[in-house]
Amino acid sequence: MSLSTVVTWVVVICVFLLTIKPLGNYMAKVFTFQRTLLDKPFGWMENGIFRAIGVSRDSTMTAKQYAFAFVGTNLLWALLAYLLLRLQNILPFNPQHFSAINPLLAFNTSASFTTNTNWQAYSGENTMSYFSQFGVLSYLQFVTPAAGGAVGIAVVRALSGRKLGNFFVDLTLVSTRLLLPLAVIVTLILVGQGVPETLGSYLQIHTLAGQTQVVPRGPIASWEAIEHLGQNGGGYTNANSANPLENPSALSNVVETLTMGLLPVAFFYFFGAMTGRRKLAWTLISVAGSIFLIMLALAYFPEVAGNPIVNSLGLATHGNMVGKEVRFGMGGTSIFETATMAFTTGSVASAHDSFLPLSSLSFFIGMFLNMVFGGKGVGFLNMIMFVIITIFLMGLMVGRTPEFLGKKIETKEVTLASIAFLLHPLLILVGTAIAVHTPAGMQGVFNPGPHGLSEIIYGFTSAAANNGSAFGGLGAALPFYEVALGVVVVIGRYASIMAMLLLAQSLLHKKTVPETSGTMHTDTPLFGGILFGAIIVLNALTFFPIMALGPIAEQYLMMAHRLF
Amino acid sequence: MRLLRPAIGVTVLLWILLGLAYPLVMTGISNLVMPYQSQGSPVYQNGVLVGATHVGQNFKPNPNYFWGRPSATLSVSTGKSKPYNALNSAPSNVGPTNSVLLAHIKSRIAYLLKTTPGLQVGQIPIDLVESSGSGLDPDISVQAAMIQIPRVALHTHLSQTFLKDLVQQNTLGKDWGVFGRARVNVLELNLALYKALHG
Repeated sequence: MSLSTVVTWVVVICVFLLTIKPLGNYMAKVFTFQRTLLDKPFGWMENGIFRAIGVSRDSTMTAKQYAFAFVGTNLLWALLAYLLLRLQNILPFNPQHFSAINPLLAFNTSASFTTNTNWQAYSGENTMSYFSQFGVLSYLQFVTPAAGGAVGIAVVRALSGRKLGNFFVDLTLVSTRLLLPLAVIVTLILVGQGVPETLGSYLQIHTLAGQTQVVPRGPIASWEAIEHLGQNGGGYTNANSANPLENPSALSNVVETLTMGLLPVAFFYFFGAMTGRRKLAWTLISVAGSIFLIMLALAYFPEVAGNPIVNSLGLATHGNMVGKEVRFGMGGTSIFETATMAFTTGSVASAHDSFLPLSSLSFFIGMFLNMVFGGKGVGFLNMIMFVIITIFLMGLMVGRTPEFLGKKIETKEVTLASIAFLLHPLLILVGTAIAVHTPAGMQGVFNPGPHGLSEIIYGFTSAAANNGSAFGGLGAALPFYEVALGVVVVIGRYASIMAMLLLAQSLLHKKTVPETSGTMHTDTPLFGGILFGAIIVLNALTFFPIMALGPIAEQYLMMAHRLF
Repeated sequence: MRLLRPAIGVTVLLWILLGLAYPLVMTGISNLVMPYQSQGSPVYQNGVLVGATHVGQNFKPNPNYFWGRPSATLSVSTGKSKPYNALNSAPSNVGPTNSVLLAHIKSRIAYLLKTTPGLQVGQIPIDLVESSGSGLDPDISVQAAMIQIPRVALHTHLSQTFLKDLVQQNTLGKDWGVFGRARVNVLELNLALYKALHG
């Protein structure tokens, strides 16, 4: 490992460790409506919004109302986005005169951006006007993670014995108190590094070699900031953060990596601060953190060793550079990719399709588990789901009714957690099976051999996990994938969120049982270990077979120098 | 339907704040404070716009210039290969066991060996024969620039020592001395080369 890699990783991890506590405590203050420094600049704006829509800051909803408000508002956004994209040609800020978006692509794009997936079946720089980019898609990259975060906040309130709160209040506060202030700072840092932020038209360049080159511009920095802060991951351009226009330096690469992780990691501590169980929060952070480190190692070491088939050609250097950019270095690339898969951002600083099979396992793990911090709020819900299932398994082993946060975990909670857990593999495995068995699905495969299967699995996993990154070779713009993945993102987003909301409400209405000597403690290293083991075993049982046919088979064939 | 008013209201009001005010205000501030970067870091030569610093350009097969990394970008209209097409940034997406990958790498190696006097396979760094993630990578490794010197010297009649100095002057260090890696921005290097040739 080079010194640069070590320093990059240590800096990123240290910033996360140092911000967990202050940011988590700050969030606890904001969402229990205590005074903070940002009351002055934003309070009047929020009050204006609340007055206009007729809700009060401290009002509350039931879980059903909260879920209904969440889904209803999302539906409204999807419809509006669809309409605005269809009307792109007559809307302003379109200096390149791009035409209207066709119906299938408009559906796929509005579904994927509304669900915070940001899967893209188009190349932004030659499809979307400036208005579509900032007025439609960048806006969705603000409010959809805010909505997901709001649900997470409601669940944490319920777990801490408080009322759920009001969806519209939480949506507004996540936007104004977390996303907007950070986005302003990150935008300015990125512009300083060389990310364009302008409404001027594309640059017409006469190159030294006598050719013409058209370089896209636009309000890219402000997009980039919220793309990462919200764990959105929709690229302004097709190559996303591999494009020097979006990520021009090793430093901007580190900033974007940090930007993705700040809020999801702090959200775990927010839960601890709200419930007064900080030790439990640190236990959960350790479990997610250790999986993060495993993913990081997996995404780095095979790539540095390189592709044995290419290495046999006898070149001067060996690391796999297919689809990678020189400026980030291997260390920078690997921590960006690990972060984007752990926090379900889905932006990429290199081509995932060209990673070696073993390293691609790191990406699959991130999306299968979907709780290695995950998107803020939503990732935490998945973690709680695994906690409930683990507690249930432990209860079975010792033969007593399991408890969590002083509440008995019974049939209803376990059923809801199981639904949330099983939905994920159901969408991925059934979706892949259908694609493999239909000519329309197979038509989208780009790389031959086992790698082709990996492309299909990756597509459905990314959609189900609301990640949005791709093995880019897959023909995502084919009608089959536009529709199939559009449907999967919708189910993957809403069904599990609803299950977790109902679970939280059911816990809220239960009587607290006093702690006895027989209570299983959830804030100990022992529980952390069991949770870690349960997460690995449950997911390995579910996904190992299909991984064996895809990346693992390819890894062995690659080591035997087999080409397709 | 009690939800309709807050849903529509919050959507519209947040849109004004986040969908309009945020990008437009940030654009305004950026243009005031950092006009060069916010405009895309344009590079002018004799009044002509010749490049954007962060976006690589296609110099191959012109033997007078240093070449950047292979680029897999395609033309938007024809779908055919068009290296360094900034309107359609993309990687090759070729997988590690795809025979196309090996065929491409081998032909790039063969081309380098053919065009560069005295070059051995064992001197070629991997970044010069594997395509980048965006197709617009502005940089190459220092060694990738060094091994091109004999070819550039042959065609420009500049001395190898002079070119070596030129590469060293145009070598970018790591960001803040630690992040990323040392590299050469091919456009900047070629601009320096152009000035040396044309004054």
